[in-house]
Amino acid sequence: MDSVIETQDLRKTFGSTVALDGLALTVAEGEVHGFLGPNGSGKSTTVRILLGLMRADSGQARLFGRDAWTDATDLHRRVAYVPGDVALWPNLTGGETIDVLARLRGGLDERRRRDLVERFELDPTKKARSYSKGNRQKVALVAALASDAPLLILDEPTSGLDPLMERVFQDELHAARSRGHSALLSSHILSEVERACDRVSIVRSGRIVESGSLTELRHLSRSTVHAIVRTPAAQDISTWPGVEDVHVGESGTDIRLAVDAAHVGEAVSRLDRLGLVTLTCEPASLEDLFLAHYGTESATGATTPSSEDAQVR
Amino acid sequence: MSTLTGTGTLLRLAWRRDRVLIPVSLLALTALSVGSAQATIALYPTDAEARAGLSGVLANPSVVAMYGPIGAENRDALSVFKTVLMGAVFVGLLAYAVVRRHTRVEEEVGRLELVGAAVVGRRAPLTAAMTLATAAVVGAGALSTVGLVAVGLDPLGSVALGVAWVVAGLAMVGVTAVAAQLTTSARACAGIALGVLGVMFLLRAVGDTAGGSASVLSWASPLGWSSRVAAYGDNRLWVLGPALVLTGALVALAFSLLDRRDVGSGLISPRPGPDRARDGLGTPLGLVGRLARPAALGWLTAFVVLGVVLGGLVASVADMASDPAIVDMLTKLGGSAGTITDIYLSTELAFVAVAAAAAGISVALRLASEERAGRGEPVLATATSRRSWLGAHTLYAVALPVVLLLAIGLAVAVTAHGQGEAPGLVPMLGASLARVPAVLVLVAIAVLAAAAVPTHASAIAWGALAVAFGLGELGATVGLPQWLIDVSPFAHVPPLPGGDFTPASTLVLCAVAAVTTGLAFAAYRVRDAA
Repeated sequence: MDSVIETQDLRKTFGSTVALDGLALTVAEGEVHGFLGPNGSGKSTTVRILLGLMRADSGQARLFGRDAWTDATDLHRRVAYVPGDVALWPNLTGGETIDVLARLRGGLDERRRRDLVERFELDPTKKARSYSKGNRQKVALVAALASDAPLLILDEPTSGLDPLMERVFQDELHAARSRGHSALLSSHILSEVERACDRVSIVRSGRIVESGSLTELRHLSRSTVHAIVRTPAAQDISTWPGVEDVHVGESGTDIRLAVDAAHVGEAVSRLDRLGLVTLTCEPASLEDLFLAHYGTESATGATTPSSEDAQVR
Repeated sequence: MSTLTGTGTLLRLAWRRDRVLIPVSLLALTALSVGSAQATIALYPTDAEARAGLSGVLANPSVVAMYGPIGAENRDALSVFKTVLMGAVFVGLLAYAVVRRHTRVEEEVGRLELVGAAVVGRRAPLTAAMTLATAAVVGAGALSTVGLVAVGLDPLGSVALGVAWVVAGLAMVGVTAVAAQLTTSARACAGIALGVLGVMFLLRAVGDTAGGSASVLSWASPLGWSSRVAAYGDNRLWVLGPALVLTGALVALAFSLLDRRDVGSGLISPRPGPDRARDGLGTPLGLVGRLARPAALGWLTAFVVLGVVLGGLVASVADMASDPAIVDMLTKLGGSAGTITDIYLSTELAFVAVAAAAAGISVALRLASEERAGRGEPVLATATSRRSWLGAHTLYAVALPVVLLLAIGLAVAVTAHGQGEAPGLVPMLGASLARVPAVLVLVAIAVLAAAAVPTHASAIAWGALAVAFGLGELGATVGLPQWLIDVSPFAHVPPLPGGDFTPASTLVLCAVAAVTTGLAFAAYRVRDAA
């Protein structure tokens, strides 16, 4: 499969701040690729280099096999972009703005434009000055999704949307993928990435620290096991191979533990010998993966998420 | 909690935010009235001299339309002739700006909601805004009165001038307070309030010039009242009475509207716009044109009005020629070629060119302001090349001043037709166009600044215009050395109409503008968009 986005050893510094430190990102044709990282990790810088708005100090950034900087204008006919903080011209209506952005790119699909305006419940006759943040975001999303651009670059596109509209966005992203389009979805909303993306890259301090399908990534991480057994274990469970974070209830029959992928089978059969009553085994969530890279890091300002929609600030 | 709780706190907050705007405006207004009075007294120390020197000019209807009728034919009244009405308009604008800033603007950006959730009465924000504006208005009148008495004008007349200003200012406090309740957008509020100010100005302009029963129209406009105070003549201080009644009624209306509406809403809901863009809008040229259109139309209107006024004055210019001091001043400012009418027009065009450059600069700077507001990036992320985005801005920045200069040339030529020694249409348009190359040099500097260093573009572009204006137009008057004056593009403009056209300097100016613009394109191609 060809790659629609490929960067190699991308470096960019602003003064003394290193924004990108050898970033290598690949997005294959037809996939929705999650680009995960907290603010300041280099996501937006990468996006702006990919869009030819900034030039990397060194390294390569290619879209459809062509240089993102020198062929920017030409490439943009095939790229639709939604920024995270959408600024619109205050005295143009939402409908006018959709048309302007789409026409500057090279046109849009009329029927899809109509459907999207309806699905996103956008009033296109209102002046952009009176739009809320969510409505401004919808304008940019409609302009991007109504185009026939084979590559969508989305920089935290749902930050102002309510859960209902987020669902609409998910559906439309899915529909775009069914049409064979690809997308780079930069986000820090983990549930959104988990739902929408085929593959994920986690960026930290300007480098990709983890990249692969969710299944692959989970394989690298530990599953959580919760078992209720009849007889308490005779030995210390934490000495079992590959097992960590053991919590045993007072009765000794309520057992929680984390186990790495290679030892799940062995752990389960040992539990079985204690007389299994119930067993739940969950693979690592994206949140766990993410926190494995960021949770201990205080310097980057990563925080402990309190919900499924963990937002890293 | 009373509806006024928190007014004091909000008033202090508003004053803190306006602590530069208001004092600077008051000083500028005082400098306007006192400075022009002092200059007139220096030129015409006695009533007789003043009458002989000025009354001919002042009888001209287009002068009366612009500045209002004169209060009395004495030295003091003549010395403040231009500042009674102009000052009243500016005081009105100050009142409007202060009230709108602290009411509808705050409400539109959502800060008033934050304040409203605190311990603040419903009427407190509007009350605080009107109190501050009223204080500014009274301050302007008082400061000017003190200044005028200090330079030796009649004390009672000086008080009357202050009253004339306060009358207009109070009316605009009330008008803006009502306008702020009517609409949801600060822009529409501006439209209503400024529209009312414009109508007040027009009513009295018609009333003052038409004479007969039509002069009643002047009494229908608070700006007309300002003139009818007749400072240094009848000194009708009682005009303050009706002004207070009107303002009180407007304030009561504003409060009753305020009590009936929700925070963030207005009585007039915004009209829906088109749901689809017209065909022309989908190109960089179409988009920039649309965005720059309202300001461009404003400039065009102002230039045509100015052209009509300047053209209308041509007939009176010959009268001024009898005064050697004025001829001397005009030659210093505008050069010595041709008839006195030519010199007059050439001088005025020199100032007009600065305004035309300002119009072009403001269009060029849109490139930088769009980028800083985050609206440039989505455009450059489409198939719009940097060259065409910069090119669209450059094209309008160049075209606007050219159109403005042609429009004012046309307006002057048409209005002045057949009067005195008025030049014909072709020489007048030629004189206008002769200013274009110098203007384009300054526009090109703005384009380069916006393309290369967007964060400092405003400072660079307006700084360049200020330096060029200071050196080129005023350098000779204050006796700067010629080499320094020559730094300004305006110093190389041929003194048309009447003077000799200088192709060499014109070509050099065009070349400088072209090279600077070329540098802008080169710089914009290679830098990171921020």
